[in-house]
Amino acid sequence: MDELKLLTYLVVGATFVLYIGIAVWARASTTGEFYIAGKGVHPIANGMATGADWMSAASFISMAGLIAFLGYGGSVYLMGWTGGYVLLAMLLAPYLRKYGKFTVPEFIGDRYYSQAARTVAVICLIFISFTYVAGQMRGVGIVFSRFLEVDLLTGLIIGMSVVFVYAVLGGMKGITYTQVAQYCVLISAYIIPAVFISFQITGNPIPQLGLGGTVVEPVAEGSTYLFAQLNAIVTDLGFNEYTLGGKSTIDIFAITAALMVGTAGLPHVIVRFFTVPSVKDARSSAGWALLFIALLYTVAPAVGAMARYNLTTTAWPGGVATADGAMSIEDRPEWMQRWEATGLIKYEDKNNDGRIQYYNDASDAGKALAAQHGWQGNELTVDRDILVLANPEIAGLPNWVIALVAAGGIAAALSTAAGLLLVISSSISHDLMKSMLTPDMSEKAELMTGRIAAAVAILIAGYLGYNPPGFVAQVVAFAFGLAASSLFPAIIMGIFSKTVNREGAIAGMLAGLIFTMGYILYFKGIFITPMAENIPANWLFGISPEGIGFVGMLLNFAIAFGVSKVTAPPPVRIQELIESIRSPRGAGAATHH
Amino acid sequence: MLDKTAAAYWRANLKTVAICMVIWFVVSYGFGILLADALNAFSLGGYPLGFWFAQQGSIYVFLILIAFYAWRMNAIDREFDVHEE
Repeated sequence: MDELKLLTYLVVGATFVLYIGIAVWARASTTGEFYIAGKGVHPIANGMATGADWMSAASFISMAGLIAFLGYGGSVYLMGWTGGYVLLAMLLAPYLRKYGKFTVPEFIGDRYYSQAARTVAVICLIFISFTYVAGQMRGVGIVFSRFLEVDLLTGLIIGMSVVFVYAVLGGMKGITYTQVAQYCVLISAYIIPAVFISFQITGNPIPQLGLGGTVVEPVAEGSTYLFAQLNAIVTDLGFNEYTLGGKSTIDIFAITAALMVGTAGLPHVIVRFFTVPSVKDARSSAGWALLFIALLYTVAPAVGAMARYNLTTTAWPGGVATADGAMSIEDRPEWMQRWEATGLIKYEDKNNDGRIQYYNDASDAGKALAAQHGWQGNELTVDRDILVLANPEIAGLPNWVIALVAAGGIAAALSTAAGLLLVISSSISHDLMKSMLTPDMSEKAELMTGRIAAAVAILIAGYLGYNPPGFVAQVVAFAFGLAASSLFPAIIMGIFSKTVNREGAIAGMLAGLIFTMGYILYFKGIFITPMAENIPANWLFGISPEGIGFVGMLLNFAIAFGVSKVTAPPPVRIQELIESIRSPRGAGAATHH
Repeated sequence: MLDKTAAAYWRANLKTVAICMVIWFVVSYGFGILLADALNAFSLGGYPLGFWFAQQGSIYVFLILIAFYAWRMNAIDREFDVHEE
């Protein structure tokens, strides 16, 4: 066994022992502890746990790679996935904490005095959460099979067993403290390589500052700022300028809005704010969560831009876009050869000159270059998802850093999967079994049902991870769109309006849900063949399926208010419930008159 | 009397939220998206300014906003005597 493999086993194994140890220490014995950790989690710990819960395999592994290739267009993820926390802190968290129950559907069912509303909410929740969890299990399996060199099925079974132990035993309490540990692992795994790389390229160890700084060894003429250099070399090769957008302004606007609102409507994020001791702590907890998330999200643009810079200059050691500047095949770096084995990086010497020309052969500038130098097309393809994982190797960092990155990727995927599984199991045991099917169930029986539901959910998730429906990447848009257009407006109106009633809320949720689902199916055809080509000319108002949840949300609001106007207003006890939710103290002054 | 206090508390709350939401909108959708091209004429170190707001600045402002909101709301809670014991 080589040193890297041994180190990876050691580091990943040590983190597993840590997670399971924490879960055994924090075993849940009541439903309160199982669903919401007994409401006793300190805001800082809760903030870290929320961070780990939120930052999934996608944030850890894929986001920086997306930014590297999209440049400015990648901003939608950065703003969308952080701005939602402002909405959470100000519009949702304090009120839902004051309301003080276990699940999101429970709030919707009580506020709109309707089992039907609660059932609609449960359906939305289960769909959103399963979509997400399937992607996480896939991520766990891939990291396992790549770094530990076991096959995908073995990797998945190991990952599922670990999640099973701490989610099913520990419930929310076990998950929360495990996630604190997972946050620490994933954030160090992300930042340590970024610091080294920033220092190598710009001489500044702080990635956020290095990104705005100058490069140590300029490769292009003119300004030595990193962005100026990067813009110069990528445009020389026929790519879009890095700091300009590729998408239309309205689409960037709508996608950002859908991601922000979707974030604030995701049940596994909202439920986090049920676990803190007080309303005051719910407010600050959202701030701590965003602080811990921002540590990764402000570093990601640096990781992306520097990876793009590194990749481009590595491919053109003799001068970017020059006749003999391209890397020769026998001189390719060792990391590139290692990753070729995975098939995620490929070269093909189309013009048989012994060199690998990397450029954009679809653009006019690229075609002109090819005509001038006799190139026969782009010869290097790089999968976006490998950038973060390959980063430490590209920068020539020691093996323990590479092992840490593997452990970080696994931590990111496991923590998110566990949070989602718990939301699914509490919805099934609490919102479906306890409230609708067997209302006289004892607490012990409910706890057992919750554990069984979590176990079944893990098996289904594992199955989805092993046999991913061909559309895992596409359904991400689905999950955000549904959260934005169904759950978020229903909760907001439940708190901020006293006039929206049962009929309005149900009509609004269904309208938002059906519209958003219909639009995505129309263009992406998840279970059916797409009915129209997914191109800007066909889109409603020029908004892509990724951003349509924003329109669905507006529709939900409009229909809910409209229907509420022409139907009976909510009963007096609901008005009192709203008054009580709005005031932090106990039963609240307004309800005692 | 008690109802009036509750109403005044709610108005103070909504005002704080509204101020924060306006800033939230302006830095992200305004500076980061709608006005990004215009702001890119200026720069902050090596960052074009609109790009900086989209990939760095808006996140920092979000953090400051939540901190301000939490601090301000705790003060309002005490002022109207609705804070938790």
